[in-house]
Amino acid sequence: MTENVAIHVEGLGKRYRIGERERYLALRDVIMRMFRPRNSKREFLWALKDVSFDVPPGQVVGVIGRNGSGKTTLLKLLSRITRPTVGFAEIEGRVGSLLEVGTGFHPELTGRENIHLSGAVLGMRKVEINRKFDEIVAFSEVERFLDTPLKHFSTGMQMRLAFAVAAHLEPEILLVDEVLAVGDLEFQKKCLGKMQEVSRTGRTILFVSHQMNQIRRLCQRVIWINRGQLQMDGAAKDVVNAYEAAALRVEKEELERSPGSMAFQSWRIGDTPSNSPDRSLDHFLDLDKQSGPVVVRFQAFVKEEIRKGNLVVILRSAAENVILWSGMYPELQIKPGPWEFCLSFDAMPLNPGIYSWETRIFDGNHWFEHMQSPEFSIVSEMDADIFAYLKGPLNLNVEFDMAEQVEYGMERETR
Amino acid sequence: MSAAATPASAALAEKPARMRITPPSGWFESPLGELWSYRELLYFIVWRDIKIRYKQTAIGAAWAVLQPFLTMLIFSLFFGKLAHVPSDGLPYAIFYYSALLPWMYFAAALQSATNAIVDNQRVITKVYFPRVALPLAAVMASLVDFAISFAMFAVLMVFYGIRPTLAIFWFPLFLLMAVATALGVGLWLSALNAIYRDVRYVVPFLIQFWMFASPVAYPSSLVPEKWRWVYGLNPMAGVIEGFRWSLTGRGNPPGIMLGASVGVVILLVGAGLAYFQRMEATVADVV
Repeated sequence: MTENVAIHVEGLGKRYRIGERERYLALRDVIMRMFRPRNSKREFLWALKDVSFDVPPGQVVGVIGRNGSGKTTLLKLLSRITRPTVGFAEIEGRVGSLLEVGTGFHPELTGRENIHLSGAVLGMRKVEINRKFDEIVAFSEVERFLDTPLKHFSTGMQMRLAFAVAAHLEPEILLVDEVLAVGDLEFQKKCLGKMQEVSRTGRTILFVSHQMNQIRRLCQRVIWINRGQLQMDGAAKDVVNAYEAAALRVEKEELERSPGSMAFQSWRIGDTPSNSPDRSLDHFLDLDKQSGPVVVRFQAFVKEEIRKGNLVVILRSAAENVILWSGMYPELQIKPGPWEFCLSFDAMPLNPGIYSWETRIFDGNHWFEHMQSPEFSIVSEMDADIFAYLKGPLNLNVEFDMAEQVEYGMERETR
Repeated sequence: MSAAATPASAALAEKPARMRITPPSGWFESPLGELWSYRELLYFIVWRDIKIRYKQTAIGAAWAVLQPFLTMLIFSLFFGKLAHVPSDGLPYAIFYYSALLPWMYFAAALQSATNAIVDNQRVITKVYFPRVALPLAAVMASLVDFAISFAMFAVLMVFYGIRPTLAIFWFPLFLLMAVATALGVGLWLSALNAIYRDVRYVVPFLIQFWMFASPVAYPSSLVPEKWRWVYGLNPMAGVIEGFRWSLTGRGNPPGIMLGASVGVVILLVGAGLAYFQRMEATVADVV
């Protein structure tokens, strides 16, 4: 190991027997197996293979890749939760891993007790917990419930408390797995800010995320893992761009292979048609301008002409409650090609929370495709009315255009 | 290949050190040094187990007294008054309670140690610490119940006017043996239970059989002298006789039987640690 390296990984690999991760055995199975001819073929899967890299102290490194590409396995190996099959890694410094929010929480214990327990489980020393206790409580915003058992906390409160403990974990090396992907946006921002603060104090951080925005904001360097192998390692901007380009390519290939007459591709949500943020893989979109017009765009590729189609637009809350279900154009005809649908609202008087869009095409007999948009959050300075989603009428106006080269469009209005 | 986990590398170590993460080597790597650096976590797990135990029961601590006390009454009635089992000159209440004290501890500790890994699988798959801490904490947390039922024993001693003798200084040794036996067997069972989930259903039977192989309901003086050492291979036999002798001062110290028991205990804990460690490397993949 060369000097001045916080993490050194060399030829690291982890092999799982297929199914091993999910299944556990019963003695019964073992006994039964003795009477049966042995299954000679065992299938193995390399969750991670031949991965090597070095991280100097104080660097904040993002780890990206599709689901199941081995990102979490890498963190599990480095945090010693599981042992590698081949290769080795060397780590210099105290390691803290944050693979889940609320690790070590117990529902029967009070908020106060859980702070101590979770802190200890995450690797904080007793003196450290005591010293930061007030800070953690203030951060979590649940002072009033400190002596209430955790089981009586709402999910949101549990999250806050869990985040608060995790955010105050300050080892030399921090391994973080997508923990910021839950919770409401406001609190997320707070956590992100805390992470940025921590990253500036010279700690080494390995940060797994699907949210390229976060990765761009937090990381100097990014490692892209693809099918268990290191695909690219470099400056955050370069790797994220390459990754997004590849993700688009894959999406396109999948689109061409996919059956059915229509495939939805992507979403954009913005305040005006021209001001829609660029297509990104982010799940969270800030929708601050509730008073002004809001435009939601989605793209779809129509492969066969749709005759008597019916476009259905659904707005859902995070709890899957339907807020808007709007069926339009009973006699919709769409020619093959790439299309962009544009839903515009005079205003979107939604209460703060997390929502998502869904669109479906119905041809009178059966549903064709449906697509769920990424979740987006509404943040507001206004007082939230917790018993309602809508604070006023929601007027929907839909237009759609041939994407890229606009050939003809239709415009209709609906309530 | 070097040891995968050098003690100083632990998260609670005072100063950062280099840690090497390697595939399991197949050699025995002592977890004790590392466990020491995680002693605060061990303390918190014990503390948690105790808290939860008393929060979830309606009558809380009273349970720790009622269980051995009622069992003692039943044993005294059926084995003592009806079957006339000899009690080495002790009142039945003392004779049975002094045996039930270590036995009930052992049974409870063994049962919670068996489930220690499986019950904590969420934590195990999300954060690292020496897994030995879990069965060890289970065995230690059960000592609280033991302490409460021990207070009841003290009351019985006063009631029957039995004064402890110098033999009581041997008592910590027997208690330690009870803890070590529970830990040694618990290590095996918790590891096995993580891999084969039906182990937990086998444990109650195991405990029941084991009780009849131990001098709980009868004195070991019923066992022929020349077979005593074989009988002592059951470490709980040495522990229970040791409890009776050291607490009441009556009868004889469990000489040769104790020697055999101590040997077996050391073997159990050593083998338990080794087996547990082999399992530890892959436990996060199977639970």
